[in-house]
Amino acid sequence: MERVAIIGVAQTKYRKNSPSSHDEMAFEVAQKALEDAGLSIEDIDNTVTCTNDFWDGRTISCMTITDASGSSKVPTTNVEGDGTLGVLMGLMRILSGHFKTTLVVAQSKGSVGIPGLVTNAIFDPLYERILGLDAINSAALQARMYMSKYGITEEQCARVSVKNHKNAKNNPYAQLPLDITVGDVLRSRMLADPIKLLDASPVSDGACAVILSRESATRTISRRPIWIKGVGHCSDTYHLGDRDLSDVSALKSAAKRAYDMAGISNPLKEISLAEVYDAFSYMELMWMEGLGFCDRGGGGALVDSGFTEMGGSLPVNPSGGVLSAHPVLAAGLARIAEAVLQLRGEAEARQVAGAKIALAHGIEGACGQGHCVFVLER
Amino acid sequence: MTVELGDTGSRIHQSRIRLKYNWWLGNVGSRFYRELRDRCKIWGIKCPQCQVVYIPPKENCPKCFCQMKDWVELGNTGTLITYTVVRYPLPSIQPQKPPFALGIIRLDGAHTGLPHLLGEIDLEKIKIGMRVQAIFREIREGNLLDIKYFKPLEE
Repeated sequence: MERVAIIGVAQTKYRKNSPSSHDEMAFEVAQKALEDAGLSIEDIDNTVTCTNDFWDGRTISCMTITDASGSSKVPTTNVEGDGTLGVLMGLMRILSGHFKTTLVVAQSKGSVGIPGLVTNAIFDPLYERILGLDAINSAALQARMYMSKYGITEEQCARVSVKNHKNAKNNPYAQLPLDITVGDVLRSRMLADPIKLLDASPVSDGACAVILSRESATRTISRRPIWIKGVGHCSDTYHLGDRDLSDVSALKSAAKRAYDMAGISNPLKEISLAEVYDAFSYMELMWMEGLGFCDRGGGGALVDSGFTEMGGSLPVNPSGGVLSAHPVLAAGLARIAEAVLQLRGEAEARQVAGAKIALAHGIEGACGQGHCVFVLER
Repeated sequence: MTVELGDTGSRIHQSRIRLKYNWWLGNVGSRFYRELRDRCKIWGIKCPQCQVVYIPPKENCPKCFCQMKDWVELGNTGTLITYTVVRYPLPSIQPQKPPFALGIIRLDGAHTGLPHLLGEIDLEKIKIGMRVQAIFREIREGNLLDIKYFKPLEE
């Protein structure tokens, strides 16, 4: 199987109210990613966009950013889901043998709509929406179940928030660089027990683009390719009540596929850094368990130990994570972009020294119904 | 309407999407809600392969992918497997004014959980593992809120 590399990445600054429109944000990152890769739009032979109609308030919203993604003359397709799945789609297109270089663009302007109304619509209109379920209170149901089952404390969740907002201070793209303490998180406004304001990610405006290329083309155009070593994705069942919300078996399955493909047998030792989708602080702990960084229930002790801090053995979310910027469709793609910057040694003040293998993780659906895991190598 | 946003010079255009939907309940959902509305009965459905009893019932087992036809009558009582107290307002979406409690209830006889409201309950004294019972509305319309809420079981 031919190897595929990531040869260009670009992000907007993530913010609460971007003055740019959807297509302006998409154009900005598409142009910058081409510049980063040293390519022009003529070098791109296919594109993938990641958009969501409910967030954008338009039917077939993907078509509104095709012009801005340089898609008018090449085969383009859309992933109505997280940016990691957009990269998966781009990878599969290249592996089909029909394409050489894929531009993946994801964008989201959370400020366009009312996030609670949009996330209520995730749920089944026949059985769940009428209860007022949304992204925050469904996550609270999951957090409560997970924390109760494994004895995870609110302090341990708060520690994730403190760490990630601190890391964000070194990331010029992050929306919420903050100097906060565990006490600040615990005293922040209760949204839905046990989730408090500082346990929750903001909803951001922003875009991210990534360019993929097959090895035969990469050799001539890129001096610093970052290789896709492994990928896996898996989803759990749809209805909240049908799932054991404290369970991470879908992520375990996705991670196993990615690790098997990448030849990773001991992720904790072999991976230099991980960018995981921490939409809420407890999620980082759960996802670390699903990714096999520790046993089930060990996420709290892992964050307590300092293992996942900058300077620790396995820094998690050196970018500040999703807690520090959450452009909904682009957030998983931003995890990949950060992993690429780290592996190139271009992460500036947040650089993980000697980073060789990085993991990037995206989720979609309520409470991490689906997961996509990438293993990237320098 | 177009309004200026802050000092960025960028303007926003405000409008609204008006969409009405007629969600079809299907054969399974129609039967489930007819029984709930007309007889205050809560039914689950059993997978012939893994024997899991699902609530609400559905056409096929999400795990085994086989069709389910074996309806199982469930009790009105169950166990709380998780909960939260919602403390922020989301007008037009939330069924009650905050603060209100949401939970997932494993009804006796079922293996999966039913998300629902918790009522007649001290919001600060909710516990996982609590026994709860369904309280039905007097006037029922054939939707999930025909169960008004689940309240702590008096045993």
